[in-house]
Amino acid sequence: METKRVVFVGVGGQGNLLASRLLGEAALSLGIPVVVSEIHGMAQRGGIVESAVLMGDVNSPIVSKGEADVLVGFEPVETLRALGKCNNETLVITNTHPLPPFTVSVGQGTYPPVDEMLNLIQAKIKRVIALDGDAMAAEVGNPLSLNMVMLGALIGSGSVPVKAETMKKTIEELTKRAFLESNLKAFDLGYDSAKMQ
Amino acid sequence: MHKLLTDAPGKEMLLLGNEAIARGALEAGLSFATCYPGTPSSEIPEQFFRISQETDLYFEYSTNEKVALEVGAGAAVSGLRTMVTMKHVGVNVAADPLMTLAYSGIKGGMVIVTADDPYLFSSQNEQDNRYYARLSGLPMLEPTNTQEMKDLTKAAFDLSEELKLPVLLRTTTRLNHIRGKVELGQLQPITPKGDFQKNPFHFVAIPAVSRKLHKLLLEKYDQAMAKAEKWPTNQIIGNGKWGIVTNGVSFNYVSDAISDLGISDKVSILKMGFSWPLPKGLIKQFLEQVDKVLVVEELEPIMENDFKAIAQEFGITIPIKGKGVGELSRLFEYDPGMVRRSIAQYFDIPYKALEPVDLSGIPELPGRPPNLCPGCPHRATYYAVKEVYGEDAIHPSDIGCYTLGVLPPISMADYLICMGSSVSSSCGFSRATDKKVVSFIGDSTFFHSGITGLVNAVHNNHKFTLVILDNGTTAMTGHQPHPGVDTRPLGVERTRISLEDLVRGCGVKDVHVVKPLKVKKTMEAVKAAMEYDGISVIISRELCPLFAKATGQAKKARPFYVNLNKCKNHRDCINKIACPAMYLEGEQVKINPNLCIGCAVCAQICPENAILPAK
Repeated sequence: METKRVVFVGVGGQGNLLASRLLGEAALSLGIPVVVSEIHGMAQRGGIVESAVLMGDVNSPIVSKGEADVLVGFEPVETLRALGKCNNETLVITNTHPLPPFTVSVGQGTYPPVDEMLNLIQAKIKRVIALDGDAMAAEVGNPLSLNMVMLGALIGSGSVPVKAETMKKTIEELTKRAFLESNLKAFDLGYDSAKMQ
Repeated sequence: MHKLLTDAPGKEMLLLGNEAIARGALEAGLSFATCYPGTPSSEIPEQFFRISQETDLYFEYSTNEKVALEVGAGAAVSGLRTMVTMKHVGVNVAADPLMTLAYSGIKGGMVIVTADDPYLFSSQNEQDNRYYARLSGLPMLEPTNTQEMKDLTKAAFDLSEELKLPVLLRTTTRLNHIRGKVELGQLQPITPKGDFQKNPFHFVAIPAVSRKLHKLLLEKYDQAMAKAEKWPTNQIIGNGKWGIVTNGVSFNYVSDAISDLGISDKVSILKMGFSWPLPKGLIKQFLEQVDKVLVVEELEPIMENDFKAIAQEFGITIPIKGKGVGELSRLFEYDPGMVRRSIAQYFDIPYKALEPVDLSGIPELPGRPPNLCPGCPHRATYYAVKEVYGEDAIHPSDIGCYTLGVLPPISMADYLICMGSSVSSSCGFSRATDKKVVSFIGDSTFFHSGITGLVNAVHNNHKFTLVILDNGTTAMTGHQPHPGVDTRPLGVERTRISLEDLVRGCGVKDVHVVKPLKVKKTMEAVKAAMEYDGISVIISRELCPLFAKATGQAKKARPFYVNLNKCKNHRDCINKIACPAMYLEGEQVKINPNLCIGCAVCAQICPENAILPAK
C-alpha cells in the first residue's frame, strides 16, 4: 500500500489535533494502516502544535525533514516555519489568515506580509493550495470550524486515500452534535476550494 | 460509559498510547491505581479517574509519586492488581520506596509506568529511566506501538504476579502520544478488596530481613531472565549478517529503514521488548548469527554497553556500535530519516535521501513560545511582585504553567531544578546572598514537595517570601485535583485541605491571602511581606480560567477595549503584562475581544485609565 505522510501544523486552540485524529479514525474505518502522533503539554498554551498522520506501509509515527507528502498549515507563519518538512514534490495546503504571536506585539519580531510568505512558498513548492480558512469558518457561523475547513481542503486535494463521504461520516460520529451542521458546511467550503485550485 | 470499558473483544479502536496502557490494565483486572500526573503520562490516570466513577476501580491522585507508590504498595501487597503511573522524573521522587519494594515484593500484580521524555518536550531533563531497572533489579518492559502498549501492560501484570515483583513499563513521549489501532481483548473483573497476610519478617525491612530479601531479589532476577529468554516481544527478526538491536519507538524507525533501503534480506533485527534483565542466551544466539551490530536506542548507550559486555563474556569479537555512528546521539529523540541514514552509513549502503526544500530566503519568523493564557492570574501576581520588588530580587521558581513567567517581558523566574526546589533553594539564596528573595510555587507543587522546604525555612530562621500561586487545580498537566482543591465540580468528594491552615501549621506567622486580579490590594500585601523580618507566605488565589470555564465556574465578564481618545501609548499594558489578547495595529495597542476574558488587570495598571469594559 502506498505510504502517505501528512503533517499538520497550527497554533494552540486551532484544533489541528482533532483534525489529525479524525483523519486517523477515517483511515482506520477504511482498514488503512494508520498511526497519528501528537505533541501535548506545553503546546496547549498558545504555542505551536504539530501532529502527523502516517498511512499505508509505514510503522514510524513521525515525519522527518523533507519527507512529508502533504503539509497542512493552519497559519501562514507556521506553514513557512514547517517548510523544512517538505521536498519539491510535497503538496502544501495553507490557511492564509494570519494569527500573529504575542512576541510581535512586544517588539520581539516582525510578522512578514502574508503575500510575501505565500510567494515564497509558491516559489519553493510545486503544488500549493492556499485558502482563507478563517473567512470560510466565519461564513458558516462557527469560527472554531477552521479545522474542518482545512480537513475539507486536504480531502478535496485528493492527496490522501480518504473520500469526502467517509470523512464526513467520521465527523458526524465524533464531533459535537451542536456544531455538526456548521462543521460539515465548513468541510464542504474547504473541499470545494481545494477542488478548484 | 467510558470508551475503554467497551466489552467487545476483537473490536478495533484508534487509541492514544496512554489509553492503550489503561485498557491493557483493565484487561488484566486492574483494581487499584494511583499517580501523580506528569506529561507524558497524564492521560493514563485521566482514564482511571473517570472509570473509577463508573466502576469498583479505586483510583486516587496522590500528593506525589513517592506517596503514590507507597499507597500502591499497600494495595499490591494485599493482593490487588495495582498500577502506579508517573513521568520519568517522578520516579526520582518515588525512588526511595522503589528500591526496597523490590526487596519485599508484592502479591497482586503491580505495574509501575515510567514515561520518559527524550527531547524534553515538557520536562526539566531527559534522564534515561532504563537505569532504574538496573538500579532496582526490577524487570522492565518496553512496548513499540499502541497494540503492544495494551498487550504488554496486560502481560506485565501476569509477569509481576508470577515473580512477586513490581514490573516497570517504560514508554517515551512519542509512544504515549501516538494514536494507533488496538484490537481489544477481554475485560477482567475488578477485585474491590484484598487481604494482607502479616509476615513482619518478610515485610518489615530491618537489616536482618533485608539481607535475606536482597538474596531473594537476585533469585527473582534469574527467574526474570529466564522469562525474558522466551518473551514473545524479544524477537530476532530476519537472518541476515547485519545485526541491528533496538527497542521502543526506535524499532519502528529501524523496520521502516531496512524496508526503505531494501536490505531486509541482509539484516537481523533483535527487538528488545523485555529489556531487563537481558536474555543472555537470546543475545548470544543473535550475536553468533551476525557479522557486525548496530544498536539503535534513544538516550544513553545502555544496551550498547551491555551487549559489548555480553559479547566479551562469550568470547564474541564482532564490532558492536551505537552512539556516534552517523547521527545516532545521546541527545534528544531519533527520527526515521536519521535512523535510515545512520544504518546506510554503518553498513555502507549507497543511499540518496530526499532533498528537503531549499530554505534560503525565508525571513526570520517571529517566535511563538507557549505563553500564559489571556486572563491568567499568574501574570497579575508576577506584575504585583515586580512592581514592589523591582528587578533585583532573586526569584526561584517551580514546575507548572507559571514557569512560563521566565519569558520576557515578565521575566520572573531565576532558578529551577525540580518540583519543590523553589522553597528550599530560597533558603540557600537568602543565606548566601544579600539579595531579597521572592519565590513562586503552584498549589499542587506545594503539596507535592514544597511543605518540607517550608518547614525547613521556618525552623532554620530563613528570611524570604514564598508566593503560592493557588489556581485551584493542577493546571499544566490537564486540570487534575490536588489536596487543596474543591473536587465537587469534578464529581468526586474529597477532603479539602486549607493552604493557609497548612502554612500556619508549618510555623509561618506572616500569611497573606490575596486575589491577584485586585492589583492594588495584592501589591499592598507584597509590600507588607517585604517589610516582614522572617518567612512570609502570600497565597495568591484565583481559579485557573481554563479550569473555571471547563467546570462551569467561570464568572461572566465583558471583554475590555482600548479607548483611543484616552490612550497615550505608554504601553505599560503590553510591556509589563503582555497578555496574548493584546496586539499592535500599527502603533496602537488593541485588545482582541475574542481572546480577552475580562480579568481587568490591564485596566487597573493603565496610567490613563484608557482600558474600559466593552459596552
